[in-house]
Amino acid sequence: MAKGKITVDIDRCKGCGLCIEACPYDLLELTPDFVNKKGYQPMRIHTPEECIGCANCAMMCPDVCITVERL
Amino acid sequence: MSKIVFQRTKGLTEKEFSYCPGCTHGIIHRLVAEVLEELNILDKAIGISPVGCAVMNYEFFNCDMQQAAHGRAPAVATGIKRVRPDNIVFTYQGDGDLASIGTAEIVHAAHRSENITVIFINNAVYGMTGGQMAPTTLVGQKTTTSPFGRDARLCGEPIRMSELLATIPGATYVERVSVHDPANVRKAKRAVKKAFEIQMKGLGFAFVEFISTCPVNWGKTPQEALNWAKEHMINYYPLGVFREPKEDAQ
Amino acid sequence: MAKVMMKGNEAMALAALKAGCKAFFGYPITPQSELPEYLAKHMPKYGGVFLQAESEVAAINMVYGASGAGVRVMTSSSSPGIALKQEGISYMAGAELPAVIINVMRGGPGLGGIQPSQADYKQITRGGGNGDYYVIAYAPEDLQETVNVIKEAFDVADLYSNPVMIAVDGLIGQMMEPVDVDMEVSKRELPEKTWATTGTQGKRPPVNINSLYLDPLNLEKHALKLAEKYRLIKENEQRYELVNMDGAELVIVAFGTMARIVRSAIELLSEEGIKVGLLRPITIWPFPEKAFNEIPDSVKGILSCELSTGQMIDDVKIANNGRLPVGFFGRTGGMLPEPEEIVSAVKAMLGGLKHE
Repeated sequence: MAKGKITVDIDRCKGCGLCIEACPYDLLELTPDFVNKKGYQPMRIHTPEECIGCANCAMMCPDVCITVERL
Repeated sequence: MSKIVFQRTKGLTEKEFSYCPGCTHGIIHRLVAEVLEELNILDKAIGISPVGCAVMNYEFFNCDMQQAAHGRAPAVATGIKRVRPDNIVFTYQGDGDLASIGTAEIVHAAHRSENITVIFINNAVYGMTGGQMAPTTLVGQKTTTSPFGRDARLCGEPIRMSELLATIPGATYVERVSVHDPANVRKAKRAVKKAFEIQMKGLGFAFVEFISTCPVNWGKTPQEALNWAKEHMINYYPLGVFREPKEDAQ
Repeated sequence: MAKVMMKGNEAMALAALKAGCKAFFGYPITPQSELPEYLAKHMPKYGGVFLQAESEVAAINMVYGASGAGVRVMTSSSSPGIALKQEGISYMAGAELPAVIINVMRGGPGLGGIQPSQADYKQITRGGGNGDYYVIAYAPEDLQETVNVIKEAFDVADLYSNPVMIAVDGLIGQMMEPVDVDMEVSKRELPEKTWATTGTQGKRPPVNINSLYLDPLNLEKHALKLAEKYRLIKENEQRYELVNMDGAELVIVAFGTMARIVRSAIELLSEEGIKVGLLRPITIWPFPEKAFNEIPDSVKGILSCELSTGQMIDDVKIANNGRLPVGFFGRTGGMLPEPEEIVSAVKAMLGGLKHE
């Protein structure tokens, strides 16, 4: 049961991957086979139901493109 | 019922950052902008953009801004704060700007204890001009103008601005922080907040140095750059409070 | 108010206070130091800010900040210090910020000397720093005129959102003359400074003071906008005085201290029956080209007299546009000529013209 939820502004993301490293449960990845309008592979959450809403990803996101909710 | 625990601050405009992927300028911008919003001072804030990668941050901070000549931001801030003491004035400067060409301005702003907040970004390299050696470049670190690694006999040891400014009586608050992991980012925000609160209380010169990264010019991935900052930069540039107002001293 | 005896540097400082100057940032340098000293003492009474900066470079950038925050602000210095301020002046021209900058000129190049000079003419009238820009520059000849142009200069700076320089020399800075600092000067209708960084106060979108235009098309647009402003200034702000022009055989072009000496020379020449006129630029940028249209047909030549090795003469030649022969007389390095030296130069030029 998910305790948190993230929403990503995909076109703002530069695919730097700092959020991936910051996620304590390894739930994030760069979206395979997709590039955004800037030409980057944006990040996505592959197992959303395990998100705890800790916002570590948002802490490390240099482009401020993640919104975090607690459910 | 869901509750938003993190969202983009109103302290930032909607403009997308011009920084390279993984550059920690973006994190630091966010921290400054969040503090301006949380302290309810966005409406009276006047920021000074430097020369360097952050030159266009007047497009990112959602408050009045002035763009300053290379290194002169503390002088520009002085001019503003002296004629508008009720406004909140901050500079945002890189290490070429503050620690090289602008040493006179930063030292004397601290010396006069100008009631301003200075955000200093130390990433050990000139970013915008293409990765040249900075005064903060570590010994042995290769840059485009130290291709064999910085040689201390030729270029001196890297300059530690926080330690230098902490020797000045007028420097009310001096702290060095890092943004290499979430815990440090949270801690860094507390330092930024304190630096603005000190200005709001009229206590004088407040300075926060950030250990930052430059993945592109360091030739590393964004995460490798954070790891390198943690392993190498913090060794030479220790984190911590170098000066603080007496009432706050532990 | 009646005239009172004042030292030039102090009269300039008082004129600025009377003009509503609310901030001064400067750095000591001879021969202008009495100006900041006076303001250090008197600015607090006027509710303004006086600050001695760590350098001229810092001082002009403090001026940038204060001006950008919408306040009437001034700095003063002398030649080598003005050279250091050029970075900030260029940024201010680019960002379209008003300020008054007083240059009490001394001899150069380098550290030069501390005696009166006009050798900064080209630096002042060609912008001085990097880029396509000009500063409006007044070059008054006595204290009353200096005080009056300073009071007007704050309005002119605000009207055009451009730095204005007052170019005097060490003689005007150091001498004492009777002066009425309350004499009426013409006022301009001024636009509101809606561009000033005052904090949004929640009432408007953020503003930005800036000279950066990375897109060359935008920078060109900006440069053309500035050029149009400079064209207007050239059209509206040329100022000059014509003396003794009727039936003159020769016209001397001279400004500031040199114009004072030329006046004495003209008297000596008239005693000998030689009629010489004076064309005295009061603005050196814009250069008073219009005045050259008023040179009568009786005039056979123009003599540019300067406290330099010959800088304004280029502008004299441009304004003259090949119509009359142009000669030069100058002393430099802080040396002031005796009127008799100018008399000799006039006679030599007139003699030469008769042989042509």
